[in-house]
Amino acid sequence: MKLSLRIASFSAPIIALAISFGLSSLILLFIGKDPVETFRIMFEYGIKGKSIVSIINRSIPLYISAIAVAVGFKMGLFNIGVEGQYLVGSIIAAFVGSQFSIITPLHILFIILIAVASSAMWAAIAGYLKVKKGIHEVISTIMLNYIGTGLISYSLTNVFDEKGSEYELPRTPELPETGQMPALNNFFRLEDLQDLHGFLFVAIIVGIFYYWLVWKTTLGFDLRITGSNPVAAKFSGINPNKLIVVAMVTSGGFAGLVGLGPLLGYFHRFTIDFPTGLGFAGIAVALLGRNHPFGMGVGALLFAFLERSSQILDLNDVPKEIERMLQAFILLIVVVFYEVIRRFIVKQQVKDASKKIET
Amino acid sequence: MNTAIKTQNITKSYPGVLANSNVSIQIEESSIHAIVGENGAGKSTLMKILYGMTKPDEGEIEIFDEPASMSSPKDAINQGIGMVHQHFMLAKNLTVLENIILGIDRPSLKNLGLKKYKKSIQEVMSTYSLDIDLDMFVEELSVGEKQRVEIIKVLFRGAKILILDEPTAVLVPQEVNELFKNLNNLKENGVTIIFISHKLDEVLEIADAISVMRAGKLIDSVNNDNVSKTELAEMMIGKSLPTPPPRSTEKKQNVILDLKNLTSETVDGRKLFTDVSFNVFESEILGIAGVEGNGQKEVVESIIGINDIESGEIFFNGEIINNKSTRQRLESGISFIPEDRQLQAMIMDMNLTNNVIIGRQNIEKYKSNLATVKIKNAIKESESVISLFDVKTPNTNTLATALSGGNQQKFVVGRELEDDPSLLIASQPTRGIDIGAQSLIWEKLRESRDNGLAVLLISADLEELIGLSDRIIVFYQGSMVKELNSANLSPEDLGGYMTGLKK
Amino acid sequence: MTKNIFKSLLNRYIVITPILLVLIVAQMEEYSQLTTSGTFGAAIRLAIPIMLAGLGGLFSEKTGVVNIGLEGMMIMGTWFGAWGGFTFGAWQGVFIGMLGGALFGLIHAIATVSFQVDHIVSGVAINILAAGVARFLNVIAFEDIAFASSTASPRITGDIGRLTVPYLAGGEINGQETTNLFGFIENLNVFLISDFAGLVLGFLSNISYLTIFALAIVPLSVLILWKTPIGLQMRSVGEYPTGSESLGVNVYLMKYIGVSISGALSGLAGAYLVIAGTGIYLEGQTGGRGFIGLASMLFGNYKPFGILMGSGLFGFADALQLRSPKAVHGLLIIIAIFLFVLAIKTLFEKKYIPSLISLLLSSGFLIWFLNSESIPNQFVYFTPHITTLIVLSFANQRIKLPEKIGVPYKKGELN
Repeated sequence: MKLSLRIASFSAPIIALAISFGLSSLILLFIGKDPVETFRIMFEYGIKGKSIVSIINRSIPLYISAIAVAVGFKMGLFNIGVEGQYLVGSIIAAFVGSQFSIITPLHILFIILIAVASSAMWAAIAGYLKVKKGIHEVISTIMLNYIGTGLISYSLTNVFDEKGSEYELPRTPELPETGQMPALNNFFRLEDLQDLHGFLFVAIIVGIFYYWLVWKTTLGFDLRITGSNPVAAKFSGINPNKLIVVAMVTSGGFAGLVGLGPLLGYFHRFTIDFPTGLGFAGIAVALLGRNHPFGMGVGALLFAFLERSSQILDLNDVPKEIERMLQAFILLIVVVFYEVIRRFIVKQQVKDASKKIET
Repeated sequence: MNTAIKTQNITKSYPGVLANSNVSIQIEESSIHAIVGENGAGKSTLMKILYGMTKPDEGEIEIFDEPASMSSPKDAINQGIGMVHQHFMLAKNLTVLENIILGIDRPSLKNLGLKKYKKSIQEVMSTYSLDIDLDMFVEELSVGEKQRVEIIKVLFRGAKILILDEPTAVLVPQEVNELFKNLNNLKENGVTIIFISHKLDEVLEIADAISVMRAGKLIDSVNNDNVSKTELAEMMIGKSLPTPPPRSTEKKQNVILDLKNLTSETVDGRKLFTDVSFNVFESEILGIAGVEGNGQKEVVESIIGINDIESGEIFFNGEIINNKSTRQRLESGISFIPEDRQLQAMIMDMNLTNNVIIGRQNIEKYKSNLATVKIKNAIKESESVISLFDVKTPNTNTLATALSGGNQQKFVVGRELEDDPSLLIASQPTRGIDIGAQSLIWEKLRESRDNGLAVLLISADLEELIGLSDRIIVFYQGSMVKELNSANLSPEDLGGYMTGLKK
Repeated sequence: MTKNIFKSLLNRYIVITPILLVLIVAQMEEYSQLTTSGTFGAAIRLAIPIMLAGLGGLFSEKTGVVNIGLEGMMIMGTWFGAWGGFTFGAWQGVFIGMLGGALFGLIHAIATVSFQVDHIVSGVAINILAAGVARFLNVIAFEDIAFASSTASPRITGDIGRLTVPYLAGGEINGQETTNLFGFIENLNVFLISDFAGLVLGFLSNISYLTIFALAIVPLSVLILWKTPIGLQMRSVGEYPTGSESLGVNVYLMKYIGVSISGALSGLAGAYLVIAGTGIYLEGQTGGRGFIGLASMLFGNYKPFGILMGSGLFGFADALQLRSPKAVHGLLIIIAIFLFVLAIKTLFEKKYIPSLISLLLSSGFLIWFLNSESIPNQFVYFTPHITTLIVLSFANQRIKLPEKIGVPYKKGELN
């Protein structure tokens, strides 16, 4: 691809960022706050050392969630159910993982496997419904999110609750020390800052694995051509039904990892305070990063940065919810611009090719 | 006689292509004027301009001696020009009536007045001796009936000039006669008809005047009485037509493909094909003739494994393959050129390297032990196809969508043939591509056939069918009705079997 | 003649059997709530937002645009409805809510029609945007007002008003109570007739004016889409946009109109939740109803009256969950019996595996029914969602989507 085209494809997120900040500035002005000052405060807070660790920590589950969604997107499947899937994976892993203790690497590995398996099975339901009953996965995964939440709520109170504890609210038993993931501070010599989650390594490995899976394997190739042209995919011998289930299960499997960062890193149990919303945020990051492993990484960091840096705003009399608007604007505008630029690039390619033919 | 349409120096270009170059044409009122030319000659662009779908870069248009400029189809209709497209512009889930009156009223909230419209449409139908049931859903109509709806649609809007784009492309000879009768009726009633076609026989039968276009230019306009088929063909192509080559008559030995009593599943209450049996020998091209929609496509898709069958057996190289998946069938030596290359054969937004793998992703050549894609092999293969089949592209990294239709098709054919199959199924292999690409593909097909390949060919282009096939079988209404030898065969004869007149 | 009726009834067994079963089970004292006017009244109230969302989906999809942003548009309806209702009054809140929804519909239209963004991606983005906007607006609009928090608004001023029809349902005329005909019939406890009276009474008793307004939109939709020129053009755009364009239909405009109406109706659904319901905006209030609305659109086979039926079903499930969890427990035995009937039917059709599965599931439900007094709260909470899945599992075969749905359309594109 020519250099100008490369530049063009990077410009979309930058333009989107610019426009989003512009729009948010207008809104801030409208409610009587100074946008320049607001963003300055946010930025200053955001680049503090403590903040950076926090940002990286926040971005880990966002990134993994985005990858889970992206696996589906590559095939044209919309797995909106990452939210329910990761919660299912997390609570089951939290409970089962708390029931025994073996040496740390194995214990953690086991917990990971359980989370991945349960989450994948929950996703498989949607896959099955699509293949056998023709129910669009957008509807089924969303319904399953609600059903999952209900089941989790029930089982947290009645099945998985820590027996004999004086703590009022339901929660699973704590993971023994062998099931907790150590922080990376010693590794990076960051003693006086808060814990940098060890799960960071897992996130990086997940990213590499995703890249390899989608762009280097035959399965990934099949996913991509099905996503691009399902008819041709069928004519090429791909069994669409089988692939749908495989894609949903894979996506669900990745989703299982989303909650493990918090679970293994600092929560050590599943409670009613367990972080929610990561599934939906992942969709935004996947769209933002265009399903690219690196792009989604940047997107996750960006959103994490915005979330963290806006925390300071309450202290400065600016509603921190402006950050939500900012995120939403970025998402919507980026999505529009990606489309615009994509069409432009294709047009250019057609022009180039027909020029070549003339000569 | 008055002039209905007159154009002066119409010029239009698209990126990389000069579609119309200084076209000055004159069309008389109350006549049938044919515009002929091969694909890419510029006929459709000219029609798009006359119909308001696009504006010329330069040039003027006069309609009934008044200067006219049209920026939309609505303008054209207001000027009295109505277009009947090759691919009908009808909404199949709406009724005939709704399709006819669509767009006549402004989008308002007033009552639709279905009864009032019904009456006036029926008046139009009787004036021009056309007949159709207004309350049927378009989906339920036959091809000829749908075309009739299109004609009524434009007449109802006051069209005095009708443009018909390849109107007989999807009709059988008998429906063509019906159409010609209707056109003559219209002419008697003062309608001017522009008839776009590449079928010289029909043009000589129906047209009063003929204009020939080639490479964007208007070559000449002549009266029907003053010109012969050969003269027209030479004007159109500038070289001689392909002639069927001599064929060997030795008996073939091995049966590569054997179908026994194939019957499809029941879809919407009817079977798409019943009791189909035929075989294809090694080193032969078996052509399937039949108007589209008579089951040929479905039979072929069943052989590949896309559709399920209710009963019957498919033998490939002596082995029954009914229970094998599409992937298994493709990997065992069957290659397939589907009829819609953009939809079925290629991934438009991927490059040629990736497109060469399509259909054979899992073979050892392209899939490693670790289940990764062997991209280097793909690049090599793609480059080989590009050079052997004269695919005009900057390199193998180019996206498929950037290639012209002819080059895309050449690539697909090359990919399938280079796989060294035992059986090739080719469905409309040269539809909608330029003559250069077409003759290359024909040449390659014959070459492979001579080298032992068994080919099952479906083609709506009777010339291609007759020119390539050793044997021909005719499909009509889901059954195989006749096997013919391709020598000593006339299109009219073939058409008779294709419409069930000949049994 | 009767043979045909019987045959079509048999084909509709999926609809008839559950209804029959509900009627039978409702005869028992502890499950009588299944068919009371109170339950039906609640069902209608709960069905309306789903119905409006479904109609919203209809207008959008008929013009070929998939709209899963209905949920987001509904959220805007709840917030703007609450704000409008608080600042001005009930009916003003309704219309401001509709405007809020329509605005987001417009955004979806711009993204999908003018910028050709994938319809589902845009819908997802709209939902996320709406959630963020609602939260933000709520914080700044009600900053210093009592009884408000970041996730809830203050109560609306004014009341939309309710109607109880006199004579038939005991409504008052000039302060005088009149007879309650259907109430009387209902209390007679006669099989089928009293249950039917309960249904009618649900419509006639204590019904909000906003409900009447919403119900009127159903025949209005039929009128607009099938009997007016603009309706025909809108439908043609979803079926065959290129053909319509060549006939002078302004495809982009029709899509814009369809999607904006879609937003307005979803906004109305949201406003309804607030103004005829809770009286305040509450974060998360919509609870997935936008998606259930989509399901009712599919279930209703893209016809307004079908959507009314479909949403009625979902509303009914919702109403039971809220009013009488005991009655929901009764649903268990109904499901068990229905599955048993299904098992027998598939057995006759020689579909052995589905038959076995149905039988197993049936026994499972039976055991559950016998071993419990009530269904846990958390399960009851997702009754509508699981009903959606079940309904879609059975109904998906015969649904006719508009031909060119979800396909981005570019002006001037001739096939």
